[in-house]
Amino acid sequence: MHYNWNWHIFWELSPDGVHSYWDTLLSGLAWTLATSLAGWAIALALGVAVGTLRTAPNRWLRRLAICWVEVFRNIPLLVQMFLWFFVLPELLPRAAGAWAKALPNAPFVTAVLCLGFFTSARIAVQVAAGINALAGGQRLAALALGLSRTQAYRYVLLPLGLRIVLPPLASEFLNIIKNSSVALTIGLMELTGSARSMQEFSFQFFEAFAAATAIYVIANIIVVAGMTLLERRLALPGTLGGEARGAA
Amino acid sequence: MFSNFDYSVIANSWGYLFQVGMVFTLKLTMLAMLSGVALGTLLAMARMAPLRLLSLAAAGYVNLVRAVPLVLVIFWFYFLVPYIAAWLIRADEPVKVGTFMSALITFTLFQAAYYCEIMRGGIQAVPKGQVHAAQALGMGYWLTMSQIVLPQAFRNMLPLLLTQTIVLFQDVSLVYVLSVPDFVGAASKIAQRDGRLVEMYVFVAMVYFILCTLLSWLVRRLQRRISFES
Repeated sequence: MHYNWNWHIFWELSPDGVHSYWDTLLSGLAWTLATSLAGWAIALALGVAVGTLRTAPNRWLRRLAICWVEVFRNIPLLVQMFLWFFVLPELLPRAAGAWAKALPNAPFVTAVLCLGFFTSARIAVQVAAGINALAGGQRLAALALGLSRTQAYRYVLLPLGLRIVLPPLASEFLNIIKNSSVALTIGLMELTGSARSMQEFSFQFFEAFAAATAIYVIANIIVVAGMTLLERRLALPGTLGGEARGAA
Repeated sequence: MFSNFDYSVIANSWGYLFQVGMVFTLKLTMLAMLSGVALGTLLAMARMAPLRLLSLAAAGYVNLVRAVPLVLVIFWFYFLVPYIAAWLIRADEPVKVGTFMSALITFTLFQAAYYCEIMRGGIQAVPKGQVHAAQALGMGYWLTMSQIVLPQAFRNMLPLLLTQTIVLFQDVSLVYVLSVPDFVGAASKIAQRDGRLVEMYVFVAMVYFILCTLLSWLVRRLQRRISFES
């Protein structure tokens, strides 16, 4: 058994003739972060909305929210990616479909939408759990003080509920970074895709994948550290998390 | 919108889709679940072992695997396994390992990290008195684990283990990146051959949706039964 180690490969020129392999990996990281952050914005907005609907008094709104979650949770992410990329443009009216297919960054836009909707279902479950975890008294007290239902959600239930579910939201953010790698199947050159292309052109699979792994691990550590800080700042006084902060 | 749908594509490729694709997916899911739960349980026991080196190594492995995307892990093992196999049998050339074997090893090692965390929760939830009682009866570590702790942990964690298996069932679709004819891979081959991407991918999504909804409904029923009995 023999493997040709070559850790200098990162500084060699990639086939595009301009950038080194290291630059290729960094641009992959940039695409991964851009996709994850843009997808996260969509996921958070939709997830909070759908999660709120899950706790709504109207039975049909609740059912709608449950269907939303089931659809996005029970189809593999890869298949959802294909649906957004290959199927949706065909089902749109002809002009809109042609426009979607001709977008300059079609894989990026598709990946952002797909990851956003996919993750929104997971966030909705967490948000609904957070609102339900508040003792029913909070809702009743808000309504008794004369707040409308919208105001009760806006000023009491959502701010408190979101702070309760911050830890699971953090792990969903880690998941969206990892899930963005699935976008390589529709041609997005994110981090895993860059490592894969580096392996294909240089045959140094070990170096390429080790570098990508290290970058993912570092990104993971940074996100976890940031989230821990955020959690400490936002911990609810009077809860276990809040007391830990007071003691520290 | 669906007026020019060509259902015959699906009817004509039914056999290939299910007898080749779905069989591959289900076989891989089942085998990876069994070996993943076994390895995950060992990892969980290692993580809680009093030997500091052992528990650190297990924790490191679990955290590393959970920080990396599955697609990257699939690539890793696809290229790494032939070298490891060559090293194990002291061959000079990388050994050719079939894609099924390579995928099975990948999913076992990957899912074991997730099963490990579930089993750790299950083992920690077993009351301490159970372990003390077993020790008082003169049972050693392995006997206590296999006869007292693990059976209870498995029983309590069964719904979570099965939910994780539904995730595994969906994740198996990612072997697509190795051009393996699993259910999605088979469908995508037909779709590209016949130029019928829309029909095929909608059909694949529907099959997954029905199967996963059904399975998670069954898991919820099981969960209710378990929580009633205890």
